[in-house]
Amino acid sequence: MLNQKIKVRDLKLWYGKFEALHGVDLDIYENEITAFIGPSGCGKSTLIKTLNRMNDLVENCRIEGTVELDGKDIYSKKVELNDLRKRVGMVFQQPNPFPKSIYDNIAFGPRTHGIKKKSDLDEIVERSLRQAAIWDEVKDYLDRNALSISGGQQQRICIARALAVEPDVLLMDEPTSALDPISTAKIEELVMELKKDYTIVMVTHNMQQASRISDRTAFFLNGDIIEQDLTRQLFTKPKEEQTENYISGRFG
Amino acid sequence: MDNLRQGSIKEAHRRPPFKKAHKGNLIEKIMHGVFLLAAFTSIFSLVLIVIFIFTNGLPMMFEYGLTDFIFGQTWNRTTFGLLPMILGSILVTIGAVSIGVPIGVMTAIFMAEFCPKWLYEFLKPAVNLMAGIPSIVYGFFALRIIVPQIRQLFGGPGNSMLAAIMLLAIMILPTVISLSEAAIRSVPRSYFSGSIALGASPERSIFSVLVPAAKSGIFSSIVLGVGRAIGETMAVVMVAGNQPLMPRGLTEGVRTLTTNIVMEMAYASGQHRDALVATGVVLFIFIMIINTTFLIMKNKEAK
Repeated sequence: MLNQKIKVRDLKLWYGKFEALHGVDLDIYENEITAFIGPSGCGKSTLIKTLNRMNDLVENCRIEGTVELDGKDIYSKKVELNDLRKRVGMVFQQPNPFPKSIYDNIAFGPRTHGIKKKSDLDEIVERSLRQAAIWDEVKDYLDRNALSISGGQQQRICIARALAVEPDVLLMDEPTSALDPISTAKIEELVMELKKDYTIVMVTHNMQQASRISDRTAFFLNGDIIEQDLTRQLFTKPKEEQTENYISGRFG
Repeated sequence: MDNLRQGSIKEAHRRPPFKKAHKGNLIEKIMHGVFLLAAFTSIFSLVLIVIFIFTNGLPMMFEYGLTDFIFGQTWNRTTFGLLPMILGSILVTIGAVSIGVPIGVMTAIFMAEFCPKWLYEFLKPAVNLMAGIPSIVYGFFALRIIVPQIRQLFGGPGNSMLAAIMLLAIMILPTVISLSEAAIRSVPRSYFSGSIALGASPERSIFSVLVPAAKSGIFSSIVLGVGRAIGETMAVVMVAGNQPLMPRGLTEGVRTLTTNIVMEMAYASGQHRDALVATGVVLFIFIMIINTTFLIMKNKEAK
């Protein structure tokens, strides 16, 4: 039986007066890759940001409804924001390593959460870089500035950085849209590997990508989820006409 | 002020200069010449200043003896030992920087990251205004407020190194604040979200990610602050005491390189006058060292 990791119910979100999500329901299961697809401005990135409350940083952003992680409402007042974000990691569209050494990038999260011992940090850095499939490429350059490596490598450093705090869930907001095809393939392969240990939610513009790697897909349109289903199902026998139009490339 | 603006322009916004005016367009060609002339005017005046200072100052320094001039401890109408003033300038600057820079950098961090909007709308123009206040007004303020306080608290004349240090600490604030704030603001916000997404608090994100990323910009603001402190004249002359003696203590008078010139220029002649120009040479070299440091930092930042 699948374990439900995240449950979103009747989630509405406003940026000022603009309603970006109109009451969205969504279920995300453990150790699966859930992909969000849909045209630009349809609310996919907005929804993924509510899952670790990054939308708190946006001024005039207001929400209604519930988001539960392991059965607990993450918008309740009791929730420690920093703990939540430790459990729900995030990788962004543009690789954003800090202008520090590769080592310090990876060690930043663990240090933030109180790990000081050099030997512990060394171990975490190596493990995270291995998990992100970039250890062999950078192991001799750990003290190099993380901005000096290629974009694809930077993105994997960012994934390693997110993994270093040992999250349960990994949110990825179009993680490959700024990368070349080879780097993209590497990251896709990596993501499929990672779902063994993590629950992954991924926004993508690229429908092939969603169909290649995800287990479930949610199709967004104008702030609503039109359809969510097993990826195989959604791409071969969509229930809604709009979904079919979108995946067959009639708009988008 | 020029340096101020220069500092806030980020490398990324710098575009390659237009090489040629559009072919056949006469007005553009003429304007091209006008702009070129404008650029040369400033370079030309710089060259003139350098020639003036060095041709008048250098011969005197060698005639008098370079070591005697730089390391001599006595300065009067016939003996020109500049060491008291060199040390005076260095000490006053170090003092001003060690008070002004921490306050300035912390203000900049506050303004860039923590300041509520309503307060910012008041604080930002206030800092800009500080940069525009004539130095003589600062001097007058220090003379009437800081000097009597020092006299009361520590005894002595009040006109002292401490007074000059406190005055200059205030005067370098706008430079340090504006440039540091610009440096912190120019750090990509994605670093901030990246740090927040790892579960770091906003405070940790600011102090461990944003501020270190703005490091070189903050350093350049400090260097420019040093330049401002070492070059300030009119305000300092009003409060520093100005005795041409080796610095003896915080509450004793001190004379800096700049005030040395302004104190005696009016009546100096012959070798005495040349000695003052030579003081200018030393000051000029100090400023060159500071600006070179600034340039090196800027280049490092660009990399």
